[in-house]
Amino acid sequence: MNIPLTIKETQDGLKSKKFSAVELVDAYLAQIKKYNSEYNIFLTVTEELAYAKAKEIDRGDKTSHLAGVIVSYKDIFLTKGVRTTAGSKILESYIPPYSATSVSRIEAAGAIPIGKLNCDAFAHGSSGENSDFGVTKNPWNKEYVSGGSSSGSGAVLSANMSLISTGTDTCGSIRLPANYNYAVSLKPTYGAVSRYGVIAMASSLDTVGPLGRTVDDVETVFNVIKGVDGLDGTVTNSKFVTHNAKFRIGIPKEFLVGGIDKEIEKNIQDVINTLKSENVEFVDVSLPTTKYGISTYYIIQPAEVSSNLGRYDGIRYGNDRNSFGEEAKRRIMLGSYVLSAGYYDAFYEKAMKVRTKIISEVDEVFDKVDALIAPVAPTPAFKIGEKADDPLTMYLTDIYAATANLCGIPSIAIPSGFSKNELPLGFQLMAGRFNEDILFKLGKMYETKTNYKPKTAF
Amino acid sequence: MKKYINIIGLEIHIEPNTKSKMFCSCPQNHFGAKPNSQTCPICLGLPGALPFANKEAINKTIKLGLALGCEISKICKFYRKHYFYPDLPKSYQISQKDNPFCVGGSLMGKKINHIHLEEDAGKLLHRGKESLIDFNRSGCALIEIVTEPVFNTVSEVLSFVKELQLIARYLDISNADMEKGTMRLEANISLRPTSGVGSDSPEVDDLPDYKVELKNINSFKFLEKALVAEIDRQAKALDNGQELKQETRGYDEKTKTTFSQRIKTDSDDYRYFPEPDIPPINSTEYIVHSTKIPELPEQKRKRFAEEYKLSKDYVEILISDLTRADYFEQAVKLAPDLTKSIADLMINKNMDNEYPEPAGLVAKLYALSHMQYAGNDETENATKQVLSENPDIITSYKNGKGQVVGFLIGQVQKKLKGNGNPKEISVKLLEILRR
Amino acid sequence: MTKLTKKDVLHVAELSNLKLTDSEIKKFLPQLTKIIEFVGTLSEVDTTNIEPTSQTTKLVNALREDVTTSSNSLNIDEYFKVKAILSKRT
Repeated sequence: MNIPLTIKETQDGLKSKKFSAVELVDAYLAQIKKYNSEYNIFLTVTEELAYAKAKEIDRGDKTSHLAGVIVSYKDIFLTKGVRTTAGSKILESYIPPYSATSVSRIEAAGAIPIGKLNCDAFAHGSSGENSDFGVTKNPWNKEYVSGGSSSGSGAVLSANMSLISTGTDTCGSIRLPANYNYAVSLKPTYGAVSRYGVIAMASSLDTVGPLGRTVDDVETVFNVIKGVDGLDGTVTNSKFVTHNAKFRIGIPKEFLVGGIDKEIEKNIQDVINTLKSENVEFVDVSLPTTKYGISTYYIIQPAEVSSNLGRYDGIRYGNDRNSFGEEAKRRIMLGSYVLSAGYYDAFYEKAMKVRTKIISEVDEVFDKVDALIAPVAPTPAFKIGEKADDPLTMYLTDIYAATANLCGIPSIAIPSGFSKNELPLGFQLMAGRFNEDILFKLGKMYETKTNYKPKTAF
Repeated sequence: MKKYINIIGLEIHIEPNTKSKMFCSCPQNHFGAKPNSQTCPICLGLPGALPFANKEAINKTIKLGLALGCEISKICKFYRKHYFYPDLPKSYQISQKDNPFCVGGSLMGKKINHIHLEEDAGKLLHRGKESLIDFNRSGCALIEIVTEPVFNTVSEVLSFVKELQLIARYLDISNADMEKGTMRLEANISLRPTSGVGSDSPEVDDLPDYKVELKNINSFKFLEKALVAEIDRQAKALDNGQELKQETRGYDEKTKTTFSQRIKTDSDDYRYFPEPDIPPINSTEYIVHSTKIPELPEQKRKRFAEEYKLSKDYVEILISDLTRADYFEQAVKLAPDLTKSIADLMINKNMDNEYPEPAGLVAKLYALSHMQYAGNDETENATKQVLSENPDIITSYKNGKGQVVGFLIGQVQKKLKGNGNPKEISVKLLEILRR
Repeated sequence: MTKLTKKDVLHVAELSNLKLTDSEIKKFLPQLTKIIEFVGTLSEVDTTNIEPTSQTTKLVNALREDVTTSSNSLNIDEYFKVKAILSKRT
């Protein structure tokens, strides 16, 4: 059968009995069996669970929001009774005794869980090359990376092995894999979606979000997972709805300077021209302090990582600390250093203050515009191994992502074409805190104007 | 003239009597529970778990701060304090640093530095080649009171700690029981040679360059012995010209000496940073303006001495147990001219144990002083009234709960203003109940 | 700016409860030095009178009612074991 590419197609098909949920699972599993060993997308496939849930859906209620929707989770989402590795040898046999809030909500909404997805170990990375279980290859071209750290979450969509997936974004980790795989993803506002049950990387930067093939699908999943759960004290319910007829989008001049790939520069310009209309205006804005965003991020994130990874001592669960990969060890070391006596003021506290400056600068800009547009990365996907040697170069890939995480604002990544190498291209739109609605409206506007159709590599 | 001045500071931990732990909803009271039977992903430090702060623990901390005359910080923050030890599941403890809930304050003239709130670690037991860990205590709320190093004698320390315990009980924030571990004590002790002409109060900034931490003391008796033993040890060492090390020591009852547990080389680097998972607490929005501090022990002492003209010893015994103090006052209301006798009976004969209701005690007093009892009819009416007012009790009695009779006798006595003949009341009651 | 030495790396490894091999130390030293130099550029930014941000929600008083629930509890009912701990906690 032709696997449906959107939630609507799936649910229409189920309701009209074009196919059953069990047949859907058959089709997805066949796809996984065919391609997974080559592309290394799934770490665990939950065949039995998928069939059990599919049978339930076939027997009963098909009206819940995600009924019959095949879902796969980045392997840092805890799934009760199902191995959760965080992409690391530390947890290679870990079976959690509870599920993440977002997992429970997605499954309560009728989704069918099909497996756990490969990722950079403990979400440390932006290419997928830091997984302790091998890199996930990009289905569009297997010599290329899939983006990270939610590498499997992006690849699973372009490999047509799942309808939706989940990921986390601490500095672009949901947006980049979507960007490299021709998919849509949302990094929500910090505090919109509970982080309970998701393995923590950097507590003040981590966000939990959905990936899908259309803005509609991503919005649907966001609405299922968002909101207070009584376990994450940083979450609030937002009732924001925009009634804008006209939108103003800012182009941060610091983002489109030297170093950006020419194809991406042109692509962004094309996007701007597409969106420009009597209802959408573009203005130049300036965010001078964002140039320090990466340095700020690379102090705050390792500090919080070194703290969050302290619990992996092999006593209550998992393997001992000798099983950490190189990148994890490096970040822990860096983090301990910037928090240590004598260095805390100059590094961590300084970074927290620069963060305040970045936030107020961005807040001020959102007084004048509704959204910001930017590339997701300075280059399209690169070849596996190409950037792996120099950690600093890898870090620069995060330069467009850091602003949203430092400020806690939402950002949506949307596909916008292909490079001359036939690799996906895309862009991101950012908005003020809890203004996801604006992002969904603008995203759908773009899809309509370009007659967007979801695409998969196979 | 004294050769050395004792410089002692205290760190007192009190386990507040909240229902749930500090950052999760496991039970706070872990006394006697089976190992790891009161744990959840949060207090076990499982991957993905997040802390969520207990409002009531904060309430109790602020209440204590107000009672001790502290300033309540406007903005309070939790911090992560990092170190590795098997009983600390996250490898950091959520505690406070720069913005504790309460700052300053004092008790019995001794200055307090601050009061902060934190979570406890699990318990480690040693069994041969293995160590066993029980996380029931992990994540339990813990209030920590840190004093300035302003104690100079052992008796000052003991009085302070006992008074603090009493205040905790009066405020109903904790039972502060040393034996049960709901109050724990650490003392920092150093000795400073007196310089020439004697001023008895050392300047705080004139502190010796070392301090010894005494830990793991679990009773007042041991506290006294341990302090005395340690002061003695330090004095002898200084007499012999030895340098004293910065270390942690425990007390050994068998040898009646302190022993070294850990040498502290340089200060541990806890890499504190503000806890990102817990937004700050704004106490002005938070403190309910009517956070009423009930009458504190010192106030009750003064009042009892003035109002009831009792001796210091008598007052101390009565106020050291809030239930007894209340009982006493209720009894005195019933028979104000028998105040001294009531006190005598309670203190010398523990008669309040025999009479759960103060009215019963008062009746006994009247009996002892051969006063006029209430009449037959009066007694019968009062009995009938009490029974009609307490239908549930009757059901209890019929279900076999005989002890309610004592309660009912007390109620009848109340109506008779203590003039009832207990025997007669009892007979009348049982007559009606047995119908 | 601060130049990292091998001693620094060993000290930080101890703080991090990580045992590094000699080759790891050799590898990390220049990498960490480079990153620290890079992030050290923050000293250029004027942050006088600026309050630090430790989280972006702008929330205060996110507190939980004092109730016990068993919905989260894990009944393990036995000790966790570890090789005998000889040192005392801090």
